[in-house]
Amino acid sequence: MTSLRTETAPAGGAAPAAPPPGRARRWTASAFLAPLIVYLLAFYAYPLYRNIDLSVHDYTPRAFVQGDPEFTGLDNHLDILSDEAFLGALGNTALFTLGSITVQYALGLALAVFFHRNFRLSAVLRAMFLVPWLLPLIVSASTWSWMLNSENGIVNAALQAFGIGQINWLTSPDTSLLAVTIANIWLGIPFNLVILYAGLQNIPAELYEAAGLDGANAWQRFRRITFPLLRPVSAITLLLGLIYTLKVVDIIWIMTRGGPADASTTLAVWSYREAFGTGQPDFSPAAAVGNLLILIAFVAGLVHVRLQRREERA
Amino acid sequence: MRAWWKTAAGVVLVGVMLFPVYWMFNVSLTKTSDMRADPPHWFPWDPTFEGYGAALGQQLPALATSLLIGLGTVALTLAVSLPAGFALAKLRPRGGRVIDFLLLVAQMIPGVVMAMGFYAIYIRLGLLNTVAGLIVADSTLAVPFGVLLFRAFMAGIPAEIMSAAQIDGAGTWRTFRSIVLPLSRNSVITVSLFTFLWAWSDFVFASTLNRNSDVIPVTLGIFRYIGNNTTQWNSIMATAVIASLPAAFLLVLAQRYIAAGVTAGAVKD
Repeated sequence: MTSLRTETAPAGGAAPAAPPPGRARRWTASAFLAPLIVYLLAFYAYPLYRNIDLSVHDYTPRAFVQGDPEFTGLDNHLDILSDEAFLGALGNTALFTLGSITVQYALGLALAVFFHRNFRLSAVLRAMFLVPWLLPLIVSASTWSWMLNSENGIVNAALQAFGIGQINWLTSPDTSLLAVTIANIWLGIPFNLVILYAGLQNIPAELYEAAGLDGANAWQRFRRITFPLLRPVSAITLLLGLIYTLKVVDIIWIMTRGGPADASTTLAVWSYREAFGTGQPDFSPAAAVGNLLILIAFVAGLVHVRLQRREERA
Repeated sequence: MRAWWKTAAGVVLVGVMLFPVYWMFNVSLTKTSDMRADPPHWFPWDPTFEGYGAALGQQLPALATSLLIGLGTVALTLAVSLPAGFALAKLRPRGGRVIDFLLLVAQMIPGVVMAMGFYAIYIRLGLLNTVAGLIVADSTLAVPFGVLLFRAFMAGIPAEIMSAAQIDGAGTWRTFRSIVLPLSRNSVITVSLFTFLWAWSDFVFASTLNRNSDVIPVTLGIFRYIGNNTTQWNSIMATAVIASLPAAFLLVLAQRYIAAGVTAGAVKD
């Protein structure tokens, strides 16, 4: 509505055919953008502000309702950093994130190369690989939980056939992080496959033809052509994978709740548990951990933007 | 000859990859008495629908809630991102690049941080445990994606079509409504499908902003199921199968829109 008025008013005597002059056009643009700006302020900036507010106060459940928390500055952040659980959570985050994205990337790239040349049914089969990515997370996580169940899980039953004894995937501190990482890798393969496959399509076919004439075998073609030319796409895939994986809460929470004994607690899960996972919500330290996560993600994000700019220029 | 070999290998790979999905289906049809059989039954030779009966009996309200939340989230997301995408693509607003950057950053904020922020706001406004509150929170999963995808698509609409409309005396709003929107049908479908799927699948917001509610989405329904009765895995998996139906629908009937969405979000505009 506003756009109509703001646009016609300054046009004045000008013919309606002429595109609106600079100033009017900017007003129109602002009117179309206004819902988004309001939205970003209300539903991103304000929650983020509230999160920072939580992290620099001592919010107890009572203070939450009454709105009179004590200001504590950076105490929550210092407490977090000196908490004995911190280094464990940081290590778990590193293992979970790096383990997930490297294996996802390797498998996704192998599959992308496999599907690169069309063959009978290749499009259908490739589409089937998207399934894990489209399923609700709770569905995948609960299915994996039951598959990895110690006594009745299909994974242990299959391993038994090879003479491997019962592994307590989710209930042993030695394997729970590995178990959630495996499930997360499974979830991430489709994304890696799709992005890397799209990247492969942009490599000129003539290069492969020329290499074929020169007698290069499949491995040499991959080493000399595919991998180097795919580097920008690879970098973006790995970075986005890093940013997504850092945030993961649900798959771990549903499968192990970060346990047993913090063995699969990452920073994001730690934050979630402090705030929502126990009967005693402790928002302030949770928000401090959240700030730390944002900081890491933001650094990764800056690298991402730079990489993308560079690729746009290339 | 070689192509057949590749097809066979591809079928095997898909089989391995989708084994968990098959297993969910298999368990959903298994009798409670066979659930702890050793070794587990690999095929549902003797299927039962008791799991589906229980799932529909107990989770039907949750499924309806999820449907409502999904549709509400789609409506809100489209209302915000369509005009914004149009402005960024065609009206060259001031600060367009800043908005691009903000949208990228917004996608990087961890869900748990957003959940805490929303919790702190909602507890004051009385929006905890409401469908409306969950719709707003879920839409934050989709709005940046929607704006970026619409902008990319609308940038491809030829300028001549728009100036032709303007010569006919149409204002910017008319041009947007009568020319740009109809031409953008496919991208609207893509964004709607993904938004619905994300809202339908959301667990973090539901389990934090809606955890004490009687009106819960199906993701939370399954989660409570797991917590309550660990013996009824056929009911849990039956609910999981039903909860996967939107994804199956998307894959079978709307495949071309998926590929468009996945790549647009990540690689490039």
